[in-house]
Amino acid sequence: MLKRLVRWSRIKSPWILHLNSGACNACDIEVIAALTPRFDVERLGVLLKATPRHADVLVCSGPVTRQMKDRIIRIYEQTPDPKFVVAVGACAMSGCVYRGAYNIMGGIDQVIPVDVYVPGCPARPDAIIDGVVKLLGKL
Amino acid sequence: MKFQIPIGPQHPALKEPISLRMTVEGEVIRDADLRLGYNHRGIEKLAEERTYLQNIYLTERICGICSHSHTTCFVQGVEALLEVVAPRRGQFLRYLVAELERVHSHLLWLGVAGHEAGFDSFFMYTWRDREVVMDILEMISGNRVHYAINTLGGVRRDIDEALRTKILDSLGILRARTDYYFKLGANEPSFVGRLAGVGRLSKEDALALCAVGPTARASGVAHDVRRDDPYGIYGEIPFEVCTADSCDVLGRTVVRIKELGQSYNIIEYLLRNLPDGPVAVKAPRRAKPGEVVSRDEAPRGENIHYIKANGSDKPERLKVRAPTLANYAATLARLKNGFIADIPLIFAAIDPCICCAERTVELIDGRSGRPTVVRWSDLRRRAARRAGRVSKKRNVECPL
Repeated sequence: MLKRLVRWSRIKSPWILHLNSGACNACDIEVIAALTPRFDVERLGVLLKATPRHADVLVCSGPVTRQMKDRIIRIYEQTPDPKFVVAVGACAMSGCVYRGAYNIMGGIDQVIPVDVYVPGCPARPDAIIDGVVKLLGKL
Repeated sequence: MKFQIPIGPQHPALKEPISLRMTVEGEVIRDADLRLGYNHRGIEKLAEERTYLQNIYLTERICGICSHSHTTCFVQGVEALLEVVAPRRGQFLRYLVAELERVHSHLLWLGVAGHEAGFDSFFMYTWRDREVVMDILEMISGNRVHYAINTLGGVRRDIDEALRTKILDSLGILRARTDYYFKLGANEPSFVGRLAGVGRLSKEDALALCAVGPTARASGVAHDVRRDDPYGIYGEIPFEVCTADSCDVLGRTVVRIKELGQSYNIIEYLLRNLPDGPVAVKAPRRAKPGEVVSRDEAPRGENIHYIKANGSDKPERLKVRAPTLANYAATLARLKNGFIADIPLIFAAIDPCICCAERTVELIDGRSGRPTVVRWSDLRRRAARRAGRVSKKRNVECPL
């Protein structure tokens, strides 16, 4: 009974943390655009939180620069269980145009486990919402 | 008693990773310092391994908000090296997208400023109206953010009559909304009270610290590359350089709202006088040895690209000076003697684009506090030493 209640509440209102790991800002403004009136994910219970300690879903963008690597691992560890990671954009998936650069790890999954990949350079807000919905469908 | 407060790299007030160190006495900031490099990707090095055509797509991804101004700056420089001139229709479309990008960037900034000032409905309003511009950009180029419309010798897509009328119709909506923002920004007492007098930067300081763009223009420095050193077709377009004398965050807001109006005028002029003809000419692949400095006015200020050609189809060196980097010194000066609660507002007021600025390597010695610029060879030696230590310790290899 309690388990079902927890699962229901988790699906009903996933709180997200937006994490930029060295992205070019394009995916980041699309994540913010998803929160604003045209797309408005808040009507679905999705709320952008300021700290990883409040978040359920980490929405990550960027190809992971070497300097951000340790910070990302720390942020991931600060997020309470159960936690999920959505990699937004081609950079977060594989490094995109930066692949091969000396300061790039080449994707979020090189550092932390990823649950959903959203392709696109940058991913459109509707694609990002679709990614989060697919994640919730898996729960 | 003095305390140090670290802010970032992951912080709710910052959309991008950057670290600020504040030395505070009570509520007042006595000293401010920046830690950079969280967003350094090594684009300049990467550019040396790619052809000029491939580099357009790389320079586009320097920044997602002012992507078109970076490619425009790069393409202008390479066209000078290749000795090709884009046809007039191509140039009109190129600068049409540039002005649309300025509109979307300024609307975005207005929203962020409203958000940092605690006026979230303003944030939602501007971002809703920004979608009108995003739709236009998507109809012109096929993508919302990275337009990829510039190419060597012109632009890649043409617009038809239906789209031209549609853009002109949309301008009406945007003009009405911008008038409303101006009324709101200048008359809403709580908003004005929050912004007025915050983060003062005098005209002398703005000049001494080399501030650029709306940050400088809000301090009364009428500097705009579009007028001072006209590139492309800007010499023939009538527009005004908007300035304000209040030298604070309110001034920066007013300057940006006025610039929106100027951008609408420019867009209308470009669409009404759109010449016929081809949009692009074929450009050669190899550039003769030489070097060029290209400038353009990005939404955030003056953007400079330096390109050196060595006769092959790849540049020997690309150096990018993004406007945010030029504004860092002025920001730190404004943070001093301000309040902790004003940090996000002051920092947001330059419209920081951290991914644009992350290209320099400078280390600050923590003990002496003296900045030392590290040479590339020293850096490599340090890197090799560190890599040796790490691999010995953990017995792992670097993945790349």
